[in-house]
Amino acid sequence: MAGSRMKLELSRVVQGRSRLGVLTGLGRTGQHSLEVPGCLLYTHFGTVPHLTQDTLHTLSDLPSVTQVTLSHVAEHQEVLEEFKDGFRKFAGLHDTVLYCALHDPAAACATGYTTNKTVSVWGSGGRIELTVAKFMALQKTVQPDWYQSMADGETWQSNTSRKRVRKSVDRTLAHLDECLLEHQKSQELEGVEVFGVVEGGDILEERIRSAKETAKRPVAGFCLDGLQTGCMEQALRTQLITAVTKELPEDKPRLLQGVGRPDEVLACAEAGVDLFESFFPFQVTERGCALCFDYDVSPDPERAGRAPPAVLELEENRETPVVAQQNGDLNLDERTQMTSFEIDLKDKRYQDDFRPLVEGCGCYCCKNHQRAYLHHLLVTNELLAGVLLMIHNTAHYLGFFRALREALAGDKLDLLKRRVLREGGRQTERKD
Amino acid sequence: MSFKKALSAASPLTLRVVAECPVTKARACDLVLPHSAVSTPVFMPVGTQGTLKGITVDQLEGLGCHICLGNTYHLGMRPGPDLIEKANGLHGFMNWKRNLLTDSGGFQMVSLVELSEVTEEGVKFKSPYDGKEILLSPEKSISIQNSLGSDIMMQLDDVVSSTVTGPRVEEAMHRSIRWLDRCIAANKNPDKQNLFAIIQGGLNAELRRTCLDEMTKRDVPGFAIGGLSGGEEKDDFWRMVTLSTDHLPREKPRYLMGVGYAVDLVVCVALGCDMFDCVFPTRTARFGSALVPWGSLQVKQKQYAKDLQPIDPDCKCPTCKRHSRAYLHALFKSDTAAMHHITIHNIAYQLTLMRSVRQSIVEGRFPEFIRTFMKRMFPSRDQYPSWAVDALASVNVTLE
Repeated sequence: MAGSRMKLELSRVVQGRSRLGVLTGLGRTGQHSLEVPGCLLYTHFGTVPHLTQDTLHTLSDLPSVTQVTLSHVAEHQEVLEEFKDGFRKFAGLHDTVLYCALHDPAAACATGYTTNKTVSVWGSGGRIELTVAKFMALQKTVQPDWYQSMADGETWQSNTSRKRVRKSVDRTLAHLDECLLEHQKSQELEGVEVFGVVEGGDILEERIRSAKETAKRPVAGFCLDGLQTGCMEQALRTQLITAVTKELPEDKPRLLQGVGRPDEVLACAEAGVDLFESFFPFQVTERGCALCFDYDVSPDPERAGRAPPAVLELEENRETPVVAQQNGDLNLDERTQMTSFEIDLKDKRYQDDFRPLVEGCGCYCCKNHQRAYLHHLLVTNELLAGVLLMIHNTAHYLGFFRALREALAGDKLDLLKRRVLREGGRQTERKD
Repeated sequence: MSFKKALSAASPLTLRVVAECPVTKARACDLVLPHSAVSTPVFMPVGTQGTLKGITVDQLEGLGCHICLGNTYHLGMRPGPDLIEKANGLHGFMNWKRNLLTDSGGFQMVSLVELSEVTEEGVKFKSPYDGKEILLSPEKSISIQNSLGSDIMMQLDDVVSSTVTGPRVEEAMHRSIRWLDRCIAANKNPDKQNLFAIIQGGLNAELRRTCLDEMTKRDVPGFAIGGLSGGEEKDDFWRMVTLSTDHLPREKPRYLMGVGYAVDLVVCVALGCDMFDCVFPTRTARFGSALVPWGSLQVKQKQYAKDLQPIDPDCKCPTCKRHSRAYLHALFKSDTAAMHHITIHNIAYQLTLMRSVRQSIVEGRFPEFIRTFMKRMFPSRDQYPSWAVDALASVNVTLE
């Protein structure tokens, strides 16, 4: 495979595990970069949910990598093939790096359809079965800058046997080898990066095996699959990720799939994850909620030009952090249930609350609108609610990642964790 | 007249007739309202519940919209006038810095809710949210609209479907006059909010004439032509429109309510109307129907799956500048943003149409514009709607 242009330049490694750095050499001409730990820009078929390019670009510092998934793309294969010029052009995307994933992290996945040779995705018209050949044909028409290889990650159910987990590891490696073979033969994929996918369910030995084997292949980086929110306790997830990253080369990035909640992000970044998918703001938006958790750990709260975002009041009757489920049970509720990082704007208390969603937040929504208005839009089922919430939630989430990087740079990770997880007492209420 | 001068004249509305078509009854005017100046003829998009569905106020401003509608009935129910007043009026609540027009809630009484009773007092109806009985009187309607703080308020009229005939129509017409007077008396902010009268009389020329004669005696800043656009025959519709404009003062704006199809807009401008509103362009957008100079395009249809052109190659809206029919077709299967793209396009289409109409009036070539417009819209002469042909002929425009 042609020399990978993607380079991970680490500036810090904390306690041998969490890393701070920049992923450079991204895109066809290698001119894009992405700071890590960081997140990708989550889209539905190239569109950030609810947003047109105008509303999207009210956000500054968007991730330079846009994620698109085959679950949205696969049913349009014919159209894209006729178009010939790749997905980015078809979608009228801005200048961005395009990453192609397999499954939509925000969508529940039906099980029981994976075979030795195929995985399935669900489009608007139903199930689409993918062989490696079809998978690679799709990559050739999408023409991403980077993609994950085909993988069998169906190990999250509570009754997944050891045998089944082993199969997922074996199949995923087989798929990877086939993908790479096809990749090397394909002119259209010249310069495109491939990530291998580490599987292994909740079985430590299988995870290590998968990591070791995948690391032997000439991939540009690693996706960690089968660890998504709702599938296992964070403690186990941390343990598995820690073991996996030990087997992976330090100089290649690790992308964790299906995990987006702030507390989980912090724990997984600590364990050595570099990249996350940013579907969490979308999930929060869909339940009519706004992210508001505090992530500011700067020494001077009134630092010039930017006031820290803060929860404006201590919420009584707050939702307690989501209780961990039994290992292996994919609790779908956990994926959609409200967390302690957000406020429920449908609540009556916001009816006449004329403050912005988060004081000091510079996003379009907070600069122009108030909680009372968002409450009204949600109560009346207005489409604009989704637009405004998506803008704010994305801005807040990106701010969180920025804070994470700054905390790593300034040795303040513990402080950040305490702030985000609200251990150690009340939030201070900022005076207007 | 400069904007500042207009405001200092202590009238919240000034109309300056910039050009009049020598052939038809069309006018191009500058309508100066408290929040900004509006060029007419103008199409006003409808933002029923304090939002244009899926579109931010910045996007709406960016499309060149200077006036849009809010709905007194809906907003009066949720979130209610008191809350909106606390939020600095509807402008403050939705953060719209330009003009707002609110209707009275009268139409919704008829179209939406279980009508209990219409009496001289007002309209009694059952709230759809808690089943309580509510009375919407002229005073109550104006009170809500005063709280909303709209630049133009509509009187509460006794609304009767245009397909109804008989003594009810006459009763409603006379009552609407009395209610107009009560609305005028009830307006707490005559120096900031303009109250428009609504001409009724159904499809009866005599009744309409009476209504016109009476209502034009009142010193209101503008007149709406109501009771139409409700399913009546187009042949009757245009005759009532032109009768109305014949008897409305030249120097006050004429607002034709509920009209929004492109052909209807062009014809009714020729008949002398200045302002229009309709939910159609924005509503149809959400179903994937994009408005174009040759009709409409159902983006969700299979035939557009591989169509790489924009909706309209000549359109300069954000949607057409960036996206193809094929992409939008596909996006409808994945995300709600597809609707927003079409909504933006349709608003742009309507506003651009009116801008072109105005320009042609100013440049003295409106009849020519009409002919070109019709040719583009209909594949052949025999497909021109006969009512449109007749209506245009009545104002001296013959279509070959």
